[in-house]
Amino acid sequence: MSKVVLENLTKIYSNGFEAVHGINLEIEDGEFLVIIGPSGCAKSTTLRMLAGLESISGGSITIGNMVVNSLPPKDRGIAMVFQNYALYPHMSVRENLGFGLKLAKVSKADIEKQVNEAAELLELTPLLDRLPRQLSGGQAQRVAVGRAIVKRPQVFLFDEPLSNLDAKLRASMRVRISDLHKTLKKTNRSATSVYVTHDQTEAMTMGDRICVMKDGHIMQVDTPANLYKYPNNLFVAGFIGAPEMNMVETRLDRTGEGKCHLAMSGQILGLPDAKLQKVLANYTEDVVFGIRPEFIKLADENSPKDEVIKGTIGRMENMGAEFYIHFTVEDREMCTRIPAHIVEEKLLDSVGKEQLFHFEMQNGHIFDKQTEKNISL
Amino acid sequence: MNKTFVNRSVAESNSYVKAELRKEKIGAAVRYFILLLCGLVMLYPLFWMFSAAFKPNHEIFSSLSLWPSEFSLDGFINGWNTGTEYTFGRFFLNTLWYVLPKVILTVISSVIVAYGFARFDIPFKKFWFVTLVATILLPTSVLLIPQYLMFREMGMLDSYMPLYLPMAFATQGFFVFMLIQFLRGLPTDMEEAAQIDGCNSYQLLWYIVVPMLKPAIISVALFQFMWSVNDFLGPLIYISSVEKYPIALALKLSIDVTEGTQWNEILAMASIAIVPSIVVFLIAQNYFVEGITSGGVKG
Ligand SMILES: Nc1ncnc2c1ncn2[C@@H]1O[C@H](COP(=O)(O)OP(=O)(O)OP(=O)(O)O)[C@@H](O)[C@H]1O
Ligand SMILES: [Mg+2]
Repeated sequence: MSKVVLENLTKIYSNGFEAVHGINLEIEDGEFLVIIGPSGCAKSTTLRMLAGLESISGGSITIGNMVVNSLPPKDRGIAMVFQNYALYPHMSVRENLGFGLKLAKVSKADIEKQVNEAAELLELTPLLDRLPRQLSGGQAQRVAVGRAIVKRPQVFLFDEPLSNLDAKLRASMRVRISDLHKTLKKTNRSATSVYVTHDQTEAMTMGDRICVMKDGHIMQVDTPANLYKYPNNLFVAGFIGAPEMNMVETRLDRTGEGKCHLAMSGQILGLPDAKLQKVLANYTEDVVFGIRPEFIKLADENSPKDEVIKGTIGRMENMGAEFYIHFTVEDREMCTRIPAHIVEEKLLDSVGKEQLFHFEMQNGHIFDKQTEKNISL
Repeated sequence: MNKTFVNRSVAESNSYVKAELRKEKIGAAVRYFILLLCGLVMLYPLFWMFSAAFKPNHEIFSSLSLWPSEFSLDGFINGWNTGTEYTFGRFFLNTLWYVLPKVILTVISSVIVAYGFARFDIPFKKFWFVTLVATILLPTSVLLIPQYLMFREMGMLDSYMPLYLPMAFATQGFFVFMLIQFLRGLPTDMEEAAQIDGCNSYQLLWYIVVPMLKPAIISVALFQFMWSVNDFLGPLIYISSVEKYPIALALKLSIDVTEGTQWNEILAMASIAIVPSIVVFLIAQNYFVEGITSGGVKG
C-alpha cells in the first residue's frame, strides 16, 4: 500500500559531483528502514530526493503505486522530521502542528481534533500554546515528530532527528519513536518510515532493516541481526559493531588434504568444514580475516588445537560488566571482550604476559582483500 | 611556616586585585568622559534647534546659549499658521500621502524580488544580481532628467505618483540587496518543512518567509520612511502647487516668502517635522534589533 521503491536512483549535483550512484532499494509497507553510513555518504541526499526537496538525476522513485519522480513534495504523501527541528518560529506549537492541515483546507474542528490527538500521543498537550523558542530540545523534537504524524502521511522520513539531543534524551526519544511506529501500525495507519542516522545504536535498535551506505553506494541491506552476523563486505563488517570487529590482513594457505589455514605470524588458524566449502569456491590467497571480539575466548584444555593462538596482553579496559582486553599477536593488534568475573579469576595482573586465546572460527569471516567481499558466507 | 606563606600571598593578591579594580574604574571614567563629550558635540545642533525655536528672532544668532533669555511660543504659533492659506498640518498630511504608499510599495516589491533572487534559480542570475548591485552605485542625480521627461510624457507632473510609483518595481537596489543578504542567512529548513506541509511558492512567501524576514522588513520600512520624509529633491522637482507641498518644501517656503526670514518659525516647524521620524524609530527599534528566527532551528 505504501511501499517505497527506489530504482537506479542517481543524483548528480549541479557542480558535476555524483553523490548517489544508481541505488536500488525496496522498503516494504509499514517497515522501519534505517539508512546508516559515515558522514558524506549521501544519506541525506537520498532522503531529500525521496521527499522531493532535491531533483533526481536518474532512475525512479515509487511511493505506493505512484511514480513520484517529478511530483512536488506536498503531493508525495510524505512527512519529514529534520535534524534541527525546523519548526516555524513565529507559530505556536498548536499552529505548527496544524499548519499542514490548514493548507490542505481541513475544517477548523477537524484540525483541532487531529492536533489534540497527536499532542496527546506525544505528551505535548501542556505545551500547545508555546512558541518554539520556549521549548527544550527534546520538546521541540517531539513537536517536529507530531507535525509529521498530524499529516497522516504514507511515509515518514527522518533525517538524523536525534543528533542534537544529549545522550539520555536520545535514548528515550529512540524508544518513543519506535513505540510510536508500533502504535501507528497497530491502529492500521500507514507507518512506513525511512530513518537516516549515523548512530549505530539507533540503527540496531530501531530498524526492521538497515541499509548501510558508503560513498553513494548501498553496501548491504538486511535485518540488524543479519547485518551483525553476516556482513557482506569489509566495510559493513567494520562499520557495524562496537568495539569493532578485529581485522587482520593475512594469507590463506591451501594444505594437501583439501583444507585451508590462515597464517598468523608463524602460528596458524584452521578453517572449520562449514566455512571451507565456500571459501574454496572463491579461493584467493590475499585475504582479510575478521572476527568479532566476543568470539575470542581464553583458551582451555577443550579448545581445538588449530583454533588457539598465543598473544601478548597489552591494555585492559574495565567496562564494568566486562573487560576489553587488547592483545598483540606479533605485530597484529586484536581485542576481545571478556566477562569481569573471568578476568578477575584468571587474568588479574597479566598485562605484558603471554596468554592462549581461542578463536571460534565458525564465527569468523574471510574477506577477499581485492574485492573486499566476504567469501566465507 | 607554610601557613604564614599562604597568608602573605592572600594579602598580596588582595591588594593586587584592588589596584586592578582601581585602574579599571579610572579607565571607565576616562572612556565615558570622552564618549559624553563626543555625544554632546554631535547633539548640540539638535539641542540648539529646539531651544532656538523658543527664542525670539533677534536672539537666535546673537548668542550660543541653549537657554532662551526670553521664552516665547511665537515661533510655533506663527510657524504652524504659515504664510500661506494652509496650516502646517496640511503639509504634514501631504507628506504622509506620498510617504506611506512609498514605504508600502517598497516593502512589497523589494521582498518579492529578494525572495526570487535568494531562493529561485533564474537564468543568468549572477548577471542580474550584479546589475542590481550596480544600480545601487549609480548616483541618483543621473536619472533625474530622463525620469522627469518620462513622467512629463505620462502626465504625472505635480502629483505624488512620480515619487512613489517607481517603488512598485523594486527600484531601490539597496533595500533588495539588504533583504537578499538577510534571506541568505536564514536556514532553508523551515521553508522545506513548509513545502512538505503543502505550501506553494506564494504561501511559502506569505506564511514562512515574511514572518522570518520581519526584522529586515521593519528596517527597510524605517529607512524608507525616514529618507522619504527628509527627501527634498524629489518633491522639489515634481510638486509645483503649494497645496501639495510636503514638509520638506514647506520649510523652505517660509524662507522664500518673507523678506526678513522668521528663523524661529522655521526652527519650530523643523523641530516638529522630525517628531514623526523619532516616534516611528522608537516604536520600531525593538524589532529593528531583535531576530525572530531563534528557537525554530537549533544551533
Ligand atoms: N548542493 C550540493 N552540491 C554539491 N555537492 C553536494 C551538495 N550537497 C551535498 N553534496 C555532496 O554530496 C555528498 C553527500 O552529501 P549528504 O549531505 O547526502 O551526506 P550525508 O550522508 O547526509 O552526510 P552527513 O551524515 O554528514 O549528514 C557529500 O559528499 C556532499 O559534499
Ligand atoms: Mg545528512
